[in-house]
Amino acid sequence: MLDKHGIAKRIAKELQDGYYVNLGIGIPTLVANYIPQGIDVVLQSENGLLGMGPFPTEDEVDPDLINAGKQTVTTLPGSSIFSSADSFAMIRGEHVHLTILGAMEVSERGDIANWKIPGKMVKGMGGAMDLVASAKNIIVAMQHTSKDGQSKLLKDCTLPITGLACVKKIVTDLAVLEVTPEGFRLLERAPGVTVEQIAAATQGKLIIEGEIPEINI
Amino acid sequence: MINKVVQDAAAACQDIPDGATLMLGGFGLCGIPENSIKEILRKGIKDLTCISNNAGVDDFGIGLMLQKRQVKKMISSYVGENAEFERQLLSGELEVELIPQGTLAERIRAGGAGIPAFFTPAGYGTEVGEGKESREFNGKMYLMETWLKADFALVKAWKGDTAGNLIYKGTARNFNPMMATAGTITIAEVEELVPVGELDPNLIHTPGIYVQRIYQGKDYEKRIEQRTTR
Repeated sequence: MLDKHGIAKRIAKELQDGYYVNLGIGIPTLVANYIPQGIDVVLQSENGLLGMGPFPTEDEVDPDLINAGKQTVTTLPGSSIFSSADSFAMIRGEHVHLTILGAMEVSERGDIANWKIPGKMVKGMGGAMDLVASAKNIIVAMQHTSKDGQSKLLKDCTLPITGLACVKKIVTDLAVLEVTPEGFRLLERAPGVTVEQIAAATQGKLIIEGEIPEINI
Repeated sequence: MINKVVQDAAAACQDIPDGATLMLGGFGLCGIPENSIKEILRKGIKDLTCISNNAGVDDFGIGLMLQKRQVKKMISSYVGENAEFERQLLSGELEVELIPQGTLAERIRAGGAGIPAFFTPAGYGTEVGEGKESREFNGKMYLMETWLKADFALVKAWKGDTAGNLIYKGTARNFNPMMATAGTITIAEVEELVPVGELDPNLIHTPGIYVQRIYQGKDYEKRIEQRTTR
């Protein structure tokens, strides 16, 4: 099984040199810690910052410089700052190469639900609906099952939808999967996890072809 | 030239009536109009419709207006970090319209730019799209969204001049530039108010044409929601 750092490390292997990348809150944020050597990516924060740097030192903390998770951050040489309207123009205009975000559920067609639990959680969608509607490539970081063992990779999402048929790839604590027109295609399995375990934890259609290699991180 | 400079928040906000529609700049607590919010709290203006990306936190920003029940309706994209908001929403005391963040930004921009409606892919196939016109362009589905305008737009900038030109600092820019364009009356509070001619025209973010009133704010707290260091 992968812990959240393992999931972030595996997703980081998907980064390519020169990518502009938007990282969601939670596990996706950790991806920034595992960017491979020799790969330069530019991180976009949807409140209006391109070229997001690391967290500041105590002396560098600036209340006027935060990321979309409202955390204090820094700029880097080459950073730029703009309005939220310009920021979402970049996103909807498909100028951002890759979006990495968390999910509560994903369907076998790539529908994603990650913004609302009716009657319980009503925090709002923030930028998630804009991101999933427009991103060229979306990778989801999530747990394969809920705490009580229910699959989160479903035939149909049960929670309110954030976007339809948009997720391309999923990295969970158990596996790496690709969303295809036929269903979830199993690409890799986490260390110590069997194909049978993944199949049992996946409610949506799972396609298993040939030998499934172990995740290499 | 018309004098846009007012003494303080009290003078700037003196004619905001009960029931007004307000836009309030800021993302989280970053770049919020602290002085104008304080004045609205002091005056107890009520039944407000507030358009703002977030709703502050329990003890700061718009959160304080919610505590005093001054807000009738919130139009926002994300309202986490505010337990009182969530309570009023779940109990039905507060009317809330949640809008995808990019759609919110663009609806405000459209309001200021005289564009009554536009099509965006965000929210298609979700509950956000219910009851809205949708249309296909190049094989993809889009939702029609309409402009947003406000009686008063309350924005915060770093520097401003007496002609109303504004410069923002860092990510405190966020929603402020679009909101400045979409208010019938735009009230700008700035950390530093300078005489006209002192700001480099090449560096102006919001041209003064959009700003009706400007004043120098004071006692900025600039609270940080997630102080994160390495």
